Amino acid sequence: MDFSLSEEQQLLKDSITQFVDKDYLFDVRQKNIKSELGYSSDFWKTFADLGWLGMPFSEADGGYDGGPIDLMVIMESLGRGLVVEPYIPNVVLAGGLISRLGNEEQKTNFLPKIISGEIQMSLAFAEPQSRFNLSDVITTAKKDGENYILDGYKAVVMNGPSSDTLIVVARTSGTQLDEKGLSLFLVDPSAKGVSLRNYSNVDGSKASEVTLEGVEVSTSSLLGDEGNIYSVLEEVIDLATLAISAEAVGIMEKMNEITLEYTKTREQFGETLSSFQALQHRMVDTFMAYEQTKSLLLMCAAKLTDKADDAMKAVSALKYQVGIAAKQVGEESVQLHGGMGVTDETNIGHFFKRLTTIRAIFGNTDYHLKRYSAL
Amino acid sequence: MNLSFSEEDLKFQNEVRSFIADNYPADIKNKMDNGIPLSKEDILTWQRILSKKGWFAVNWPEEYGGTGWTVTQKHIFQNELASANTPTLVPFGVSMCGPVIYSFGTQEQKDKFLPGIINNDVWWCQGYSEPGSGSDLASLKTKAVKDGDHYIVNGTKTWTTMAQHADWIFCLVRTETTDIKQQGISFLLIDMKTPGVEVKPIITIDGSHEVNMVYLDNVKVPVENLIGEEGAGWNIAKFLLAHERTGIGGIPALKREIRRLREITSELPLGEGFLKDDELFMDKLNKLEIDLLAAEYSELRTLASMSKGGHPGPESSILKIKGTDLQQGLSDLFVEAIGYYAHPFMSEEDLASNEGRIGPDFAANVMPHYLNYRKVSIYGGSNEIQRNVIAKAVLGI
Repeated sequence: MDFSLSEEQQLLKDSITQFVDKDYLFDVRQKNIKSELGYSSDFWKTFADLGWLGMPFSEADGGYDGGPIDLMVIMESLGRGLVVEPYIPNVVLAGGLISRLGNEEQKTNFLPKIISGEIQMSLAFAEPQSRFNLSDVITTAKKDGENYILDGYKAVVMNGPSSDTLIVVARTSGTQLDEKGLSLFLVDPSAKGVSLRNYSNVDGSKASEVTLEGVEVSTSSLLGDEGNIYSVLEEVIDLATLAISAEAVGIMEKMNEITLEYTKTREQFGETLSSFQALQHRMVDTFMAYEQTKSLLLMCAAKLTDKADDAMKAVSALKYQVGIAAKQVGEESVQLHGGMGVTDETNIGHFFKRLTTIRAIFGNTDYHLKRYSAL
Repeated sequence: MNLSFSEEDLKFQNEVRSFIADNYPADIKNKMDNGIPLSKEDILTWQRILSKKGWFAVNWPEEYGGTGWTVTQKHIFQNELASANTPTLVPFGVSMCGPVIYSFGTQEQKDKFLPGIINNDVWWCQGYSEPGSGSDLASLKTKAVKDGDHYIVNGTKTWTTMAQHADWIFCLVRTETTDIKQQGISFLLIDMKTPGVEVKPIITIDGSHEVNMVYLDNVKVPVENLIGEEGAGWNIAKFLLAHERTGIGGIPALKREIRRLREITSELPLGEGFLKDDELFMDKLNKLEIDLLAAEYSELRTLASMSKGGHPGPESSILKIKGTDLQQGLSDLFVEAIGYYAHPFMSEEDLASNEGRIGPDFAANVMPHYLNYRKVSIYGGSNEIQRNVIAKAVLGI
């Protein structure tokens, strides 16, 4: 039983921590999220140069053979810096699907460019009615000679506005909730019939509503076998759930530190806030919530690495716990900051906003509690 | 990072499992499985079986008779014991007084006291709390005044668990009155047969006799029973409390009990189906199970860092709070699960008789257990005190 990181993982962690502390300054981030792109393409280039974008890919695909633990290390460290650059949409979701399902040509076309940071990609999976159910898909793809015709609507597509290629989940057969009959298509967002309504999320990230009207794509755009991709999609979303949970754990750790520091300096009634027992006990509780979540994060990363029988169940246990702890740590951090906690200029509110959106991404507490119970 | 069991670990698990299967006495197992209270002899019989195998003082250093097991092996061992529903080991000697003696005692004291603990010849109890000193333990007033080669001890100790069975008591006593109350406290071992020691039962709300008052009236204690320096008792007390708090989470037993509750939800009729069809109830059960999983891995993280050197620190306070929250939460869910049948009260005599139970077999212990377990957030340093400890030692405020 060993919870410690390997030497390489420790180096990876140190290198991201150094980047976040030295270069990824809060006011720089705030400026970047207000730009049209919504993040820094220079920073993205840095991620590529330092090898972070290649981490989860096999050596044969041009990557570093990293596993779930490496991914956890990366996301936890990025979380501490409130990094907005779209790591999960590109590397974990799009890269994860292409490396698992792509044919040689698709892999050669996309993976080197994801790893070098030359292209941006998105996975369009959710629909307005589906909420967190991955198999609830109304969008259709009908075979028409050598082509497929796509019709439907995809909701809150992460990184949509920057995306050079979308991966769209569409139904080639079956009924609305069937796992069987789902297929993946590589779609050019500038193709005829594709329209994107782009916007910013409250956490500073960018997303799109994607409408597909009679969009013609060739059969070579099919990623994986027709009608038979559900289990891989679920596997990739599970890995992304680990990743975003790690991000949340990094954010919570940082928020607890910031809040503790604030209460040690802010004075009322002639004493620091930290001297009041009512507040001390609440900070102990948020610290414990973080620790509990961190324990499940480590457990989950280990189970995914071992491909354990109960790995999926571990993912849902983790994301449930993330949802509970994120609400507690987020809301308490703002409360303990008093009025400053609700101002735009203070960093704590921005950590809070990201932590709050994470509660729902890839499934909220209710969804994952139900999934945990059913597994 | 590697959290899976190795081949050797799995072999060890089988070894423990078959040892329990071969050596756990049927009559004690029957009492445990049916919630019939154990006698002192039952408890000692089981502890001696483990002693004989060399599996009793698992956490002690090997030179004093410990096992030298890895963290994983200890984890496996505790889980197997709990899973087989074997009697909980009485901690006062093996987990509390023993570590104090081998850490702070003289060679003579080690030779005199450690064998009695490891062989289960001597039953220890803990003399910490006093009627006027609960959470504010350092305000204790029991006085030990030096008189030649003896201390004369006067005072009252309370909440003394199983003092009715004990041969010896380890006590915090005041050897000096100082401005700083933590100074002037000493750690003293007292033979319960000494004239002037009197034990009186305290009956708790579940109807059981577990705790006692211990009166000390001019008790003559040889000075060689002092552990560590005179006046250094508070540091020893803190060392011991950290040890006490790690095991206090009771995670392995919680895992067994939640498994049991899950089985029960398939057995208890509800309308035309079973309790497991009640989604609201099952939600609470599943939430608690996830919380337990997190606490289990928090404990493993603490154990793993302990194995790399160092004693359990303030992290054990976190385990105490989480573990006891879970124990109380689960005991409450058992009560909820059986509805009205939580209400009939059965005395120890009723439980041991052949007349049969009222309601489901396991029902008789459910409410007493819930009532009894209100204690867990109070003892070993109340959970409020634990939060003070974490605030000071971990958060640095």
